[in-house]
Amino acid sequence: MSSPNSLPAGPAGKEVRRWTRFTPAERVGRSLVYLAAVIAIIWSVKTIEVIPEFLYDAPAQTLDLFARMWPFDWAFWPKVVDGLIETLHTATLGTILSIILAVPIALLAARNITRSVALNSIAHVLLVSSRSVNSLIWALLFVAIFGPGALAGTLAIAFRSIGFVGKLLAEAIEEAQKGPIEALTAAGAPPFAILTKGYWPQVEPSFWSVALFRWDINVRESAVLGLVGAGGIGVALDAAINNLYWDQAGLVLATIFAVIVATEIVTSSIRSRIIQ
Amino acid sequence: MTPARTRRDAFPVNWTARALWLALVVYCVYAAQILQITWSRFVIGMDQGATFLARMWPPNFGPQKLDLIIQGMLESLQIAFLSTAAGILLALPLGLLAARNLMPSPVCWGARGLIALCRTFHPVIVSILFVKAVGFGALAGVLALVVATLGFVGKLFAEAIEEISMKQVEAVRATGASFASVLIMAVVPQVMARFVGFGIYQLDSNLRNSTMVGIVGGGGIGATLFTAYQRFDYDVVLAILIVIIALILLFELISTQIRKVFQ
Repeated sequence: MSSPNSLPAGPAGKEVRRWTRFTPAERVGRSLVYLAAVIAIIWSVKTIEVIPEFLYDAPAQTLDLFARMWPFDWAFWPKVVDGLIETLHTATLGTILSIILAVPIALLAARNITRSVALNSIAHVLLVSSRSVNSLIWALLFVAIFGPGALAGTLAIAFRSIGFVGKLLAEAIEEAQKGPIEALTAAGAPPFAILTKGYWPQVEPSFWSVALFRWDINVRESAVLGLVGAGGIGVALDAAINNLYWDQAGLVLATIFAVIVATEIVTSSIRSRIIQ
Repeated sequence: MTPARTRRDAFPVNWTARALWLALVVYCVYAAQILQITWSRFVIGMDQGATFLARMWPPNFGPQKLDLIIQGMLESLQIAFLSTAAGILLALPLGLLAARNLMPSPVCWGARGLIALCRTFHPVIVSILFVKAVGFGALAGVLALVVATLGFVGKLFAEAIEEISMKQVEAVRATGASFASVLIMAVVPQVMARFVGFGIYQLDSNLRNSTMVGIVGGGGIGATLFTAYQRFDYDVVLAILIVIIALILLFELISTQIRKVFQ
């Protein structure tokens, strides 16, 4: 900011050291990131396909959409409730299944338990693959295998969650203190006892918070799985939208909204009571 | 012969915990029944799964298909970049309005309500609504992910701003600085590094979601994937999945590098 001349002269023969916030390498790195971001945005704006004709009547279409949603078609309510119950069970069962599947992978991925780089990397690739494939895409695959229904939805939720649960569990296991483990090893405890009496008590709090957090996410996700035929309230939404019964769709959306608000209240109260 | 017990049991049996585990098992059986998940269906599915996997393999990277995949992937990238950029641009003021330490409480509650509303609905549902409003194509996907970004990044921004040290803010205020100067000189330097982190995280998450909005008509690789799926071209489906996973792995490597630059 100020010119070098204004600095007080240092001792003779020594270079004056000036404070700068970033090293030159940092500055170059940052500029490169900013440049890449700007290029990416300009490229996207220039090449993305947008049909302008569709945009002109967007406000009118939106108003029309909301006008058609009100009043709700309450005759549709029994189907919505059935779907809702299915969705909640799908989310819960899917979460439980994902934990069962994720624990062994997390143990393989934790570097302090499995001392083999090859196994660690395999586990990490499994976790990343699970997270990269979206729940809707998982659902597509399982619908192709098991046919439409909640079974496909439950498996989609479970496989999608493995990556999330496994990654966080592996991190929690890696952060465990060594003391209790060494004490148990010195006492001659078998490996399983070391896991249950040494690691589990240390990992337990983060285990429950991860499980709860994932359940919260899964309730949201399982509500849309029905769009590809994987059961739950999404089936009712899909049917309503395909038939252009927006008053039914509005009812479904309002129900989903209410359920999500309710789960958020439940999870935050459990979190504040048990985990903290 | 067991020796006489001379010390207390180090690990007594926790009956409450056991009862809870048992309840969990009972619930699983009950829920499986409600969802009509049965062993026989599972076995039939396994058979079906074998044929399914056989039809998937080998992945079809034929020149024509590869063209389609690349186009879809580029559109997904466009959706991800644009929605992240626009979403963050909008989330900055919204997050600021929602920060309780800088804003009067009515403004703050309004902004928080809006953020919560954006977070409530899954991006797929939001994209269905946008497909109705602005028609099929990438724009609907972009708008849906902008809403998702607003909900997530807006909340994190607000929390980051609430955690700043107020000393700098007071010091800058004491010089008689305007509100804009207080923001630029006292707030932004404290939160900038975290904002960049949130931005990268959201770009990652939008990239994942941009592969999905196409299933309901929001453009991108999801549309290509869904078409291939509906035409039973399962070998193309596998090719697309491989490309998606590879791209996301690559992006994860890049984002770790970017994070290092901004440490």
